[in-house]
Amino acid sequence: MADVTNRDIDYVAPAEVEEMELYHAHSWITKYVFCQDAKVIAIQYSLTAVAIGLVGLVLSWLMRLQLGFPEFFSFIDPEDYYQFITMHGMIMVVYLLTALFLGGFGNYFIPLMVGARDMVFPYVNMLSFWVYLIAVIVLVASFFVEGGPTGAGWTLYPPQTIMSGTPGSDGGIVLMLVSLALFIVGFTMGGLNYVVTVLQGRTRGMTLMRMPLTVWGIFIATVLALLAFPALFVGAVMMLFDKLLGTSFFMPAIVELGEQLSYGGGSPLLFQHLFWFFGHPEVYIVALPAFGIVSDLISVHARKNIFGYRMMVWALVAIGGLSFVVWAHHMYVSGMNPYFGFFFATTTLIIAVPTALKVYNWVLTLWRGNIHLTLPMLFALAFIVTFVNGGITGLFLGNVVVDVPLSDTMFVVAHFHMVMGVAPLLVIFGAIYHWYPKITGRMLNEGMGQFHFWVSFLGAYAIFFPLHYLGLMGVPRRYYEMGEISFIPDSVGTLNAFVTVMTLIVGFSQVVFLFNMVWSLFYGKKADPNPWKATTLEWQTPETPPGHGNFGKELPIVYRWAYDYSVPGAKDDFIPQNVPPSQVSGKKKAPARRRKRK
Amino acid sequence: MIIAIVIILVVVGSVGFHLLSPWWWTPIASNWGYIDDTINLTFAITGAVFVAVLLFTAYCVIRFRAKKGHKAHYEPESAKLEIWLSVLTSIGVVAMLTPGLFVWYQFITVPDGADEFEVLGQQWLWSYRYPGKDGQLGKTDPRNVTADNPFGIDTADPAGQDDVLVQGEDLHLPLDRPVKFLLRSLDVLHDFYVPQFRAKMDMIPGMVTYFWITPTRTGTFDILCAELCGVGHHAMRGIVVIEEEGAYKKWLAEQPTFAQSLAKANAGARRVSNLSSDGSLR
Repeated sequence: MADVTNRDIDYVAPAEVEEMELYHAHSWITKYVFCQDAKVIAIQYSLTAVAIGLVGLVLSWLMRLQLGFPEFFSFIDPEDYYQFITMHGMIMVVYLLTALFLGGFGNYFIPLMVGARDMVFPYVNMLSFWVYLIAVIVLVASFFVEGGPTGAGWTLYPPQTIMSGTPGSDGGIVLMLVSLALFIVGFTMGGLNYVVTVLQGRTRGMTLMRMPLTVWGIFIATVLALLAFPALFVGAVMMLFDKLLGTSFFMPAIVELGEQLSYGGGSPLLFQHLFWFFGHPEVYIVALPAFGIVSDLISVHARKNIFGYRMMVWALVAIGGLSFVVWAHHMYVSGMNPYFGFFFATTTLIIAVPTALKVYNWVLTLWRGNIHLTLPMLFALAFIVTFVNGGITGLFLGNVVVDVPLSDTMFVVAHFHMVMGVAPLLVIFGAIYHWYPKITGRMLNEGMGQFHFWVSFLGAYAIFFPLHYLGLMGVPRRYYEMGEISFIPDSVGTLNAFVTVMTLIVGFSQVVFLFNMVWSLFYGKKADPNPWKATTLEWQTPETPPGHGNFGKELPIVYRWAYDYSVPGAKDDFIPQNVPPSQVSGKKKAPARRRKRK
Repeated sequence: MIIAIVIILVVVGSVGFHLLSPWWWTPIASNWGYIDDTINLTFAITGAVFVAVLLFTAYCVIRFRAKKGHKAHYEPESAKLEIWLSVLTSIGVVAMLTPGLFVWYQFITVPDGADEFEVLGQQWLWSYRYPGKDGQLGKTDPRNVTADNPFGIDTADPAGQDDVLVQGEDLHLPLDRPVKFLLRSLDVLHDFYVPQFRAKMDMIPGMVTYFWITPTRTGTFDILCAELCGVGHHAMRGIVVIEEEGAYKKWLAEQPTFAQSLAKANAGARRVSNLSSDGSLR
């Protein structure tokens, strides 16, 4: 099991895996709309996620306009502002990042990379997308109901979420909660598919410890999501009851603006525990696929095996496990029992160790590599910069007493944007530049790509790095305007204006990126089936883009791990996973044997 | 190649920004200098890691970028190196966590003899209650809240009658005396936050939360709400005045007790303003 090296498998018994019965589309509708092919579902997921992500992007512009130029944009009221930040947060975290990594990348690459014809339950997989789409539509509908969408902050903390002092506390919050519940239903259908496909759908020879780290990252993230989302589901349902039926799960006795409400006996803290029991693993649901994908990007483009593959896998597992026992580090100043602080600070800082090891191993993969500075590699390097930056500020916020002055300030905003916004998005971009040729058969335009890279990377860093220092000064988050605060100098306003301008510029570069994706579809350079000379199975398909059933007549047989780059003695600097040892030309001085020490 | 230089510039720029930018924490006004020390320690350790990892990355990019005829080295793993790095990282983590937990223990352990008073949060204003001559705060329940009894004090509890109520005024606290803030909310979550104190804590309806500080310098500081509490969140402001004990005592003696304010209300003077008109967004 723990054998990572390319020990020879000369003979793999045929017909160990039964051929899968595929549903074959008979009409345009079943081929492109109600489609059961994971690759089409992946693209449907991705396009929907990008579309709603654009809404999130525009919302971030609007909120930054208010923060950067508070006097200038009179059409933005406090109500609007709080609605912008709430919907921006929820859209980006759940409807964009989670959906894109798992529904998008997961659907496209799990079957291809493990050598399966499709997901194991294609019909449920199709349903998963359609339920997700309905969830998105319900979410968008909340912009058009009376009172608008909820403005309770993406954390939706009761009691204020369902009280009249909060914008969108009527229709908006109801639609938000319904949409979340639908999202979770849809995700669960997809998530079960990803997990079962990884466990049961792998082709012959594809042992777990030969899987690419991309699959490992998505797999562990999906397991986390399947275990974490139910907590949010329960919280959402209970809050719906509090709102619609007048129950008091989260509502204590309350006097609102001098008036006694009929609630009593509920606990606002209970919701926070439920929310963060979901919410912290959610960070890793976004981060782990990014970890996996970036490992592969670095390895392929440095022409070197990922350093410490086994450690990378176990670090993913360890981070995933630990992520379930750190949630209350979001609640150090929530008023919960203060002795929890000792436990959660300790677990939180322990998580830094496997995470740091992953960073070391990425960098050590570069060491003595043959680094091609392609666009995917540039994005991977930018990921390392932003992830290291965002990761170390996590050590501030995780260390309970350091969190006390920093929580609820711009420091927190800067931290989580750097670590779970910018860093994973850079990986998504890198992954798209990497796999676009396989998905479409064409290369993305290099010039537009370079522009997109430099503006996104440096722009995002210039946005979020300085914000940490505003938080350190004490500038609170979720403030419509600062007004007169004696400790805040005028220079803060100047910095905020600068950040707003950068936000608009970085946002514009995303428009260029989207244009590139559309333009290259028609005018891009024709792509080689394996333009980066990668080893993993998705590059070895007979057709590009891969056809229905992925692998032609016979499924590939896997003889080696995913990282045979620059193997001494081999003719090329890469050996695909499905190349049998007998075909590796040259004097194969099986390095596996040489390095057989344990 | 450009990317390597840019990474180096990002490192230099970030460190330079840290050292030279005008944005830094406000001068402290409480006993929590240890928190600042822990932050500085964390900056030092994580800053060193940040610089080391990224400069090494940049070095690798320069040294090992693709060249004709060059081939990468084949090395799947090195248990020795990985163990060594794990141990080193763990030492760094322990070095930050240990002092952090010690200071946290102090933070949650209120010294004997600390003065107690109460902060009451509601949308979107702050009110304060001191224990009065008997040194005890009266019992409260949100169900008791009326226009004449905005704190919801139990009228049957004798300890409540002499409680000193401060509404629509600045908060005053004496210098150099440890004080425990009892935090209560009537409606939604709030968070009593004075950056110069380095302490903050959420206020939750149905619960009493707390933190403690010893003010260490006189002055006037802004009170902010740090937990989103509705459309008026950003406007929920107050002022705390730290002053010498004499001045503080004089100020406190001028404030009405619960019994006095009730009597006035009963006399029809209705000095206690109606909450619904007062509570609207300013």
